[in-house]
Amino acid sequence: MSLLSIENLSLSIHGTPVLKDVSMALEPGRVLGVIGESGSGKSMTAFSVLQLLPNGTACSGRVSLLGRDILTLSEVELCGLRGRDVGMVFQEPMTALNPLKTIGAQVAETILIHEKVSRADAMLRAAEALEKAELPQDRFPLSRYPHELSGGQRQRVVIAMAIALQPRLLIADEPTTALDVTTQAQILKLLKRLVIEDGIGLMLISHDLAVVADLADDLVIMRQGEVVEAGRSDDLFRNMQHPYSRALLEASGHVPDRHSRAQETPLLQVKNVVRDYVSHAHGLWGKVTHHRAVNNVSLEIRRGESLGLVGESGCGKSTLTRAILGLEEVQGGEILFDGLPVFTHHRANKAVRRRMQVVFQDPYGSFNPRWKVGRLITEPFHLLDTPPRGEERNRAIADALESVGLKAEDQHKYIHEFSGGQRQRIAVARALIIKPDLIILDEAVSALDVSVRAQVLDLLADLSDRFGLTYLFISHDLGVVRSITERVLVMKAGEIVEEGATATVFDAPQHPYTKKLVAAAPALPADVAVA
Amino acid sequence: MLRYFLKRLLSLVLSLLAASVVIFLALEVVPGDPAAYMLGLNAQEDTLNALREQLGLNGTLLERYLSWVGGLLTGDFGISYTYRTPVADMIGDRLWVSLPLALYALTLSTLIAFPAGIWAASRRGTYVDAGVMGVTQLGVAIPNFWFAMLMVLVFAINLRWFSAGGFAGWDAGFWAGMKSLTLPAIALALPQASILTRVMRSSLLDTLSEDFIRTARAKGLTKAQAMWRHALRNALIPVLTILGLQFSFLLAGAIIIENVFYLPGLGRLVFQAISARDLIVVESVVMLLVFAVIMVNFAVDLAYALVDPRLRRRAG
Repeated sequence: MSLLSIENLSLSIHGTPVLKDVSMALEPGRVLGVIGESGSGKSMTAFSVLQLLPNGTACSGRVSLLGRDILTLSEVELCGLRGRDVGMVFQEPMTALNPLKTIGAQVAETILIHEKVSRADAMLRAAEALEKAELPQDRFPLSRYPHELSGGQRQRVVIAMAIALQPRLLIADEPTTALDVTTQAQILKLLKRLVIEDGIGLMLISHDLAVVADLADDLVIMRQGEVVEAGRSDDLFRNMQHPYSRALLEASGHVPDRHSRAQETPLLQVKNVVRDYVSHAHGLWGKVTHHRAVNNVSLEIRRGESLGLVGESGCGKSTLTRAILGLEEVQGGEILFDGLPVFTHHRANKAVRRRMQVVFQDPYGSFNPRWKVGRLITEPFHLLDTPPRGEERNRAIADALESVGLKAEDQHKYIHEFSGGQRQRIAVARALIIKPDLIILDEAVSALDVSVRAQVLDLLADLSDRFGLTYLFISHDLGVVRSITERVLVMKAGEIVEEGATATVFDAPQHPYTKKLVAAAPALPADVAVA
Repeated sequence: MLRYFLKRLLSLVLSLLAASVVIFLALEVVPGDPAAYMLGLNAQEDTLNALREQLGLNGTLLERYLSWVGGLLTGDFGISYTYRTPVADMIGDRLWVSLPLALYALTLSTLIAFPAGIWAASRRGTYVDAGVMGVTQLGVAIPNFWFAMLMVLVFAINLRWFSAGGFAGWDAGFWAGMKSLTLPAIALALPQASILTRVMRSSLLDTLSEDFIRTARAKGLTKAQAMWRHALRNALIPVLTILGLQFSFLLAGAIIIENVFYLPGLGRLVFQAISARDLIVVESVVMLLVFAVIMVNFAVDLAYALVDPRLRRRAG
């Protein structure tokens, strides 16, 4: 008997079909990878196993867990099953925990809900669960609050909550998408250990083929609410049949066609830059301490070059970006753009500032939802002394939108009318509109689906060819950096630890930290042929 | 926690100091000589001078400020220009009406708003929710003095359950005092409860859509359990802010209701003092109200820290 078997599951929300005839099965001690892009229904499939679905949802088909048909159970029975037989781990560890309760209380709650035990016993078992999730009690006592932990540590707390009662099935919905590569590798290792040691069945949901490839025994590939292909993962990777699966595989390793014409003249020079932050004093009369976010960093970008900057969260890459953009004053060193300082007299140098633009990660949060696209993308005009008006302005808007593959008429729409990939195109159009020399791409494709990401990378490559743009590409995703940059810098704790041609650095890393990063990056099996 | 407390305390003292300076200066620039006002138009210049001396109106700005603040700190608020009685006593009497009234109204408003807000949020989109929202919309819209008069008509004149106005005094017994405050407290509480209900509901709905509620449900908590154990405390933070603002308002803002019910409260005192240009009373009452507002904000800040561990920075 299967641990979990989903047969012909169809689901609609307020009459809109979301899942169509989805079937899959999972045995104890195995890992089922469910892969799909946003809107593929992979998360809805997971939530229908727990029956934690939005109001107005109608399900048909069969979802049987340990022989019981979930779709026929009452809400009371379902509450008895959630957390006891099925544990769940979510994508966003920063918000998945109640900020007002200690981690001990939150883990113990799983036990107290389902078993008649004393609070003290539940706390003891919570401590065991946290130990099992590799949060040792001497460093992470039960009395800690979520805000005192990092993202990876919080994800371990969520895992401890999910496994506290030793459920038979663990569902992990994009458990590592929000985490750094090395943390991602550790969390995946932990999940794998739980499967092997306790014989748990793991349903691992991801948009990233590489993350799942290493772990999954079986794979299901979903698109628009349907399963397009399924099978044992080693067979499937080598012998993909469905065009969509093949496209997905191709997109995840996509290398855009670039004709780099990097010149010898440096465009941006960062020389021995130091950036300190005042951190909060400890204790009542404690001294105010300084935290050095960027320590003596030097780098150079040549005109027409595409430079990568990789490092984990908190390594100082965003701080460095802000300093380069002249948003914050540095405490030491200097930053020159085409030979001119980016910061003069405690203010950003406007003459230089208008030649640099930035594209951020979040295609949803970085636009004002009440402005039309035309107004959104002309925002950088405030950097100009004489912004274009009337016909000239309209032409600039149309040019910018058309160069990113959108239509001039799109300027009259609001941002919510666009998909994530289109929004990121609009962000690029906003950067392009004042014809900058340098565009800083701060995790600009990290939030996108693989196929959309491949399209945006192609667009960026094309634009740099057409307009001779220079890119500073900041990302934690080594695969993306590899595909679009010629040279790469590796940053750790405010310092550049390694620098060189991208292929050389990734193929033969020298610094131990770079080695660790490269080893942690998820990769498709080496023998998988990318079409 | 200690650090947070001391920081808040420091900000409290600084706010009080700043407020005292502003209030003092504001009344300094107001035209009109209290001595001339008290003695009438035909007063002799030397009599006026003598009275100014007696009232402490001569001397430099700084001297007068310091003597006023020094008096406030020792409980000597000065002598009312018009009533010739110590201001401290006048305020003391009135405070025994206004403070219980404000607390009474606040208690009523909280007792109505919390259950109503929670009820509406837990039945989002149903008739219950629509009903609560409709009633609170009315509650915000109806002017409270009109509602007060309506209540007087129904409960005092027709049903004769309450008196139409006046204050029985605490000497007549606790319940007698409470009874005469009941209609004014309801009138004051109605708009406050309506606002608070809406804040409670929307804050709770925001919290219920947070990721950690989904986590709680995945652990096996029922909807109600997830709400009571995880959502409610998180939803309280904006509610506390509004509650603090409302208390300050109730203490000072009851002038109209005090007039409708002939209650000898602080609002009426300050109103009369302003008309009579009794600046020392105005000054003292305003300072007292500012003090109350700042104290309430201080208490709200401390309540935040009790609710939210992120504000309790670990010492050491």
